[in-house]
Amino acid sequence: MSKDSTLRLLAVAFCLCLVCSILVSVAAVGLKGRQENNKNREKRRNILQIANLYEPGTSVEEQFKKVQTRIIDLEKGRFADPSISGVNAAEKDGKDRSIIPADKDSAGIQSRSRFVEAYLVMEKGRFTQIILPVYGKGLWSTMYGFIALGPDLSTVSGFGFYEHGETPGLGGEIDNPAWRGKWPGKGVYDQAGNLRIEVVKGVVDAKSPDAEYKVDGISGATLTARGVSNLLSYWLGENGYQPFLHNLRKSGEVAP
Amino acid sequence: MSTPREVLLDPLFQKNPIALQILGICSALAVTSKLETVTVMALAVTVVTAFSSFSVSLIRRQTPGSIRIIVQMTIIATLVIIVDQFLKAYAFSISKQLSVFVGLIITNCIVLGRAEAFAMKNPPGLSFLDGIGNGLGYSLVLFIVGFFRELFGAGKLFGITLLKLVGDGGWYVPNGLLPLPPSAFFLIGLIIWALRSWKPNQVEKEG
Repeated sequence: MSKDSTLRLLAVAFCLCLVCSILVSVAAVGLKGRQENNKNREKRRNILQIANLYEPGTSVEEQFKKVQTRIIDLEKGRFADPSISGVNAAEKDGKDRSIIPADKDSAGIQSRSRFVEAYLVMEKGRFTQIILPVYGKGLWSTMYGFIALGPDLSTVSGFGFYEHGETPGLGGEIDNPAWRGKWPGKGVYDQAGNLRIEVVKGVVDAKSPDAEYKVDGISGATLTARGVSNLLSYWLGENGYQPFLHNLRKSGEVAP
Repeated sequence: MSTPREVLLDPLFQKNPIALQILGICSALAVTSKLETVTVMALAVTVVTAFSSFSVSLIRRQTPGSIRIIVQMTIIATLVIIVDQFLKAYAFSISKQLSVFVGLIITNCIVLGRAEAFAMKNPPGLSFLDGIGNGLGYSLVLFIVGFFRELFGAGKLFGITLLKLVGDGGWYVPNGLLPLPPSAFFLIGLIIWALRSWKPNQVEKEG
């Protein structure tokens, strides 16, 4: 059989692909556990950082002990019963996703899962923060982050993104610690329970009565900042966590 | 026929892939702002080049000429994916910093260049050494560039502060150009100039 015959060509290509695919699969499957651990630790570290609890030096697992992971049922507006089968996996496998009508989809995400993982921080037996995942469209990319609320469930105690593809130096400044530092202490809802929080263009007038609900914009990042306002208005609004937070406050389950 | 010693050591100065052949410049710009990433990238490229040259050479007599480039690419891509998987499992934070550049080793001209120019014509053992040698040649230039960029751009080496920055209450005003990728162009240009002044036979003949 000549070296360049069609049969030979196909045989070599087939054998090569077979060997290579086996090698790649073995590496991918064999290392999956470790990679998942790394991702989990990274996610937990992000959660701790956004809640301003992270201390470099001690292990993430140790620090995460004061955090409880709970599943929220967004349709019913309360914690899901973790004993119901499928609830724990629901967020991951993307089942129970529902399409968001375009006129309500201010975050630009099109669909969302019914079940969402949230994190309760308990310090010395007292509830201090709840950390909720939020995501939505910025200028170029979907931005993934967490917002942490204090014991009154209406005051921001931390906010930040852990994954986005905004322009470094412009929209990417949402990662700037100085800007992230402007969030703690801001109010999400007013006395009547209306959603008020937003990012403004320019600097907030400290004398205005609304100042506690408004956060300074970032120069050069108007559209990214608008995306941040929009995704917060979706997730903290009536189609997002608002009914859940309302019920939680009434139930007194997490009374400070 | 070259001796194993020549094959291994020539790519350092005599036939450096970056300085003489001007290959692999893209990643030399992208990953050299810190020595930590340089180390991992240099290791990854060396491993990939060595094993791809070895494997390509091993099946060189079986490979039909019409699909040899695809065969080489498949082998290289396989190795790069495996290296990437290992980095994600064992060096997660660095693999995040290197991001796409690990995957882009597939398109690193050095790897394919050595497979096509050397491994297709030489036995596996020698090809393996050639891969290691070229990986080292690439690493050498990366380390020199990374050294200058991190030391004078950030006042650090391997993340340890040596020159305290004014911003942190020290005395050193960092060079603002060095942390940016284009500065590597200047540094590589200077390295090529120095090398060709030392070894004038590397200067290309005009016309």
